[in-house]
Amino acid sequence: MTTEKTRARHETLDLEEADLKSIYRAMLVARRVDERSWILNRQGKAAFVISCQGQEAAQIGAAYNLRPGHDYLYPYYRDSGMTLLLGQTPRGQFLSLLGKKEDPNSAGRQMPGHFSSRELNIVTSSAPVGVQYPQAAGTALAFKMRGEDGVVMACGGEASTSGGDWHEAMNFSGIHDLPVIFLVENNVYAISVPSKFQVAGSIAKRAEGYGFPGHEVDGNDVLAVYEAAKEAVERARRGDGPTLIEAKTYRMTAHSSDDDDRRYREREEIEAWRLKDPIIRFEKYLFENGLLDEDEKEAMDAEIKAFVAEASDYAENAPFADPEEALDRVYAEV
Amino acid sequence: MAEKNLLQAIHDGLAEEMRSDESVMILGEDVGRAGGVFRVTQGLQEEFGPERVLDTPLAESLIVGSAIGLSVNGMRPVAEIQFADFIPPAFDQIVNEAAKFYYRSNGAWTVPITIRAPYGVVPGGALYHSQSIEAWFCNTPGLKVVAPTFPADAKAMLKSAIRDPNPVLFLEHKRTYRLIKEDVPEDGHEVPLNKARVHREGGDITVVSYGLMLYTALEVAGKLSEELGIETEVVEPRTLYPMDRETILNSVKKTGKLLVISEANITGSVSGEIAAIVSQEAFEWLDAPVIRLGAPDVPAAAFAKPMMDFFVPSAEKIEAAMLELARY
Amino acid sequence: MPQLGESVTEGTITRWLKAEGDEVALDEPLAEVDTDKVNAELPSPFAGTVEKLLVSEGTTVDVGTEIALVAGEESPATEAPPKENTAAEPPTEEFPAAGTEAQPAAGGERQRAVAGTRGSRSGGNGRGTVEDAQTLRLARSSPVVRRLAAEHGVDIREVPGSGVGGRVTKKDIEGHIEQKERAPAGLQEERETFEPPETAASPERLPVHEGDRILDLTPMRRAIAGRMSLSKREAPHAWTMVEADVTGLAALREREKGAFMEREGVKLTYLPFIVRAVVESLKENPILNSVWDGDRIVLRKRINIGVAVDLEEALIVPVIPDADELNVTGLARRIDAVVKRARGSQLSPSDVSGGTFTVNNPGALGSVVSNPIINHPQAAILSAEAVVKRPVVVDDAIAIRSMMNLEVSFDHRILDGGVALRFLNAVKRRLEEYTPESGGS
Repeated sequence: MTTEKTRARHETLDLEEADLKSIYRAMLVARRVDERSWILNRQGKAAFVISCQGQEAAQIGAAYNLRPGHDYLYPYYRDSGMTLLLGQTPRGQFLSLLGKKEDPNSAGRQMPGHFSSRELNIVTSSAPVGVQYPQAAGTALAFKMRGEDGVVMACGGEASTSGGDWHEAMNFSGIHDLPVIFLVENNVYAISVPSKFQVAGSIAKRAEGYGFPGHEVDGNDVLAVYEAAKEAVERARRGDGPTLIEAKTYRMTAHSSDDDDRRYREREEIEAWRLKDPIIRFEKYLFENGLLDEDEKEAMDAEIKAFVAEASDYAENAPFADPEEALDRVYAEV
Repeated sequence: MAEKNLLQAIHDGLAEEMRSDESVMILGEDVGRAGGVFRVTQGLQEEFGPERVLDTPLAESLIVGSAIGLSVNGMRPVAEIQFADFIPPAFDQIVNEAAKFYYRSNGAWTVPITIRAPYGVVPGGALYHSQSIEAWFCNTPGLKVVAPTFPADAKAMLKSAIRDPNPVLFLEHKRTYRLIKEDVPEDGHEVPLNKARVHREGGDITVVSYGLMLYTALEVAGKLSEELGIETEVVEPRTLYPMDRETILNSVKKTGKLLVISEANITGSVSGEIAAIVSQEAFEWLDAPVIRLGAPDVPAAAFAKPMMDFFVPSAEKIEAAMLELARY
Repeated sequence: MPQLGESVTEGTITRWLKAEGDEVALDEPLAEVDTDKVNAELPSPFAGTVEKLLVSEGTTVDVGTEIALVAGEESPATEAPPKENTAAEPPTEEFPAAGTEAQPAAGGERQRAVAGTRGSRSGGNGRGTVEDAQTLRLARSSPVVRRLAAEHGVDIREVPGSGVGGRVTKKDIEGHIEQKERAPAGLQEERETFEPPETAASPERLPVHEGDRILDLTPMRRAIAGRMSLSKREAPHAWTMVEADVTGLAALREREKGAFMEREGVKLTYLPFIVRAVVESLKENPILNSVWDGDRIVLRKRINIGVAVDLEEALIVPVIPDADELNVTGLARRIDAVVKRARGSQLSPSDVSGGTFTVNNPGALGSVVSNPIINHPQAAILSAEAVVKRPVVVDDAIAIRSMMNLEVSFDHRILDGGVALRFLNAVKRRLEEYTPESGGS
């Protein structure tokens, strides 16, 4: 009975076994890279870590609908799950974490979590919150003007909806029916401020005011996010306009390696959310549907851990850029 | 070659670029059907359609932010900020985003956008339609800030700005829109974004200025030459950031005396930077203290005309400063 | 008790040199003082009567302690009490007023300094205070001037300044360098040919005795020293003198000077008459309007007359170019203008260059005989002395006449006494021709 129902669920989404394993693997890779990053930080090797833990389902469920290198992604700083899925590598993440010359995002210029890949159409991101939304609208407008079926996914936390840029972009996208998906990963906290002091009413319902659909989904259910994003991406590709997705999830770590979250949230709250860990949930789904067993999982995890460790070692041994390279590439050559 | 004013020259520059490159587009407030509040974009929406000449919502951060997004997806947008005074909401998009994309991605992402903004004192403009905001942007590596004064330069430099792979803030002194007319080449005239222009040569003093003040300085320079034989070398930076230091330094090394005039508040101004460059790089050539002339450190020009006139360096004040330097 | 040296905090009166009731002159020793650094006499900062000795001999007092009262000869210039109060308050000055400023040797200056504070309290004695920009401008030169001076080995102080307040501008020094570099070795423009005194490198110092004062050379003094030495070294000077009876000219000047002042706005002095006579006489004797050029003589066509101007602390010789094209009125105007510029430190380089002959006018200061030094490389210099009434023999009778001595110093390489006297007599003749009725101007 249960099997019948859930099997029907991924099948109705046209996801095959290989897809499900890819999704699971991507979630696990993201988690293991993240965990390894914290170890490097606590060993004094990495100056700063900002985490995706707890948000893997929201990120990978949504991004699994994108065509890397064709569609555009405006990630925010926790979206390592997405960028890994789209083609960035653990090695690249660690090189970025340690600020090495081969860092694919910025060659050691930016903090970790500021993703960029010209080849993958992952647009370089910054630290101020929310600035990516008007940019995403512009990128979507370019697709629309040329009559192309590219879509743009713009991501942020719930606090990124508090500033004007988000509204300006939502409004503009609504006016011109732009092929853009606003993915809000509502992880309850903006550093220390909980969402009840960040968000009035519902984020998802705001889309209605701008004349396009807004969906609230369980952000820890990777298939639910996938489903919502699939619909949104298809709608955008058809030229029918934007969609807002609010994925309700939870930030399982402190804001960053420099933050002590014991000052503002109870341990019990975190433990309660750990039970809803999106990876565990998806594992359970796969186990229940006979798509994965314990041995296979252990093997996959061991293999992931091994190449994550190897990637980490590579990054540790990789050189820094020459200090003088700080002077290069300020302006593009005319 | 036809005689054009600054408005027409910029209009022509836009139109020619749009005709020759389909990725060039315009967006901003009232740029479409209205043709812009100064009529710079008049007729362009009719020719190029409502998407390539796009009326945006009244939201400056969106205008610049979406221009960035357009530019990373193959377009070459020209964003118009209706008055430079309204640019602060877009500050983050210009300074933290557009200007830093290239550097922060280690050269992967370019942002070929042009942001046009009319600046400068105009009668009746008052506090929020008068400001000279260039200094806010002239310590932003990654951004180019240009402020041509004469129509032929403006047209050529606008084309250069549109073709430039970097973000360019293109400042137009609104008082000079209709004030100055000159022959403007139809096409093919090129002015790079890194060269100052020497308007008249002279051995007695160097004046560096731009915008309306340049125009006034040139008139005074002509008068002093005719009446007193004082020969002023007048240099227009044209690009305010990054600036062509060599042309300015070469001139000061020749004359030994420098007056910098702009309409901006004097403290922290571009003039101050020019003065600093010269003091540092041409110290051994200086024969007098470097003098800056600008607006007093009050928020902006007032609405009432007598106060407005008092705010802007007058021809008399400019002449007095030039004489003081010449006689020093 | 004055502060007799740094870190001195006290002093002992070893002996009073004046008793109560004694008169004491300004700067006259008042007491002998012993400190841990010096033994010295204290000169009185005031003239007057010693009214009271406040400290007995052998007593040690702190710096700043009052040691005597001196009744002044007159009320202090600074804060003179109203007349009616003078009887009530004896004009007694406390001595010394304060240890820090009462360096006895500077008593006179102190009075002046105190008086000086009336105008500007902050003025102080000028030492250690920041000068204003205007003053600094005169003393300092801009970076480019300093660089050019260094590159071309020019002493900036020798370059006449045309800038604000007389500062040397870039153009001044460029012009100076250009002239210097263009001029051939033997023939150099007089104004620019300053050679530093030979002693400049490492002068052998004379012994300096107690009380001697050392004056550092001002740029002007240095320039004068160099030029005078050069002239005396280079040119064999010869000298001759004549007397001129200028009674007629004196009467003419007396009659005309009021109207002239009113008409022209400048004083009518003897100088323009003298210059006029010199110019005419130079035309008759062109060898005096020449320069020595190594192995040849260059006769100048233009007659540019240098006029020596006394600036109290220095001498400067502004030039009246083409003086032969001016009449007496024109000369008076031009001389007045150039002298005013000289006194106002506003001479331009052209004002002091190009002279071909120099007229010295010590008579204005009362001199009756002088022996001027030639303004090298010019051929000669004329001195016109004071006009004095003297008994002279006229037609075998003694008459009272207004007499003026005229002298020339000349470079004996260029000319001899005969031509010098012919020139001098021509000048004399012209000056004597004036009568009260002459329409001279």
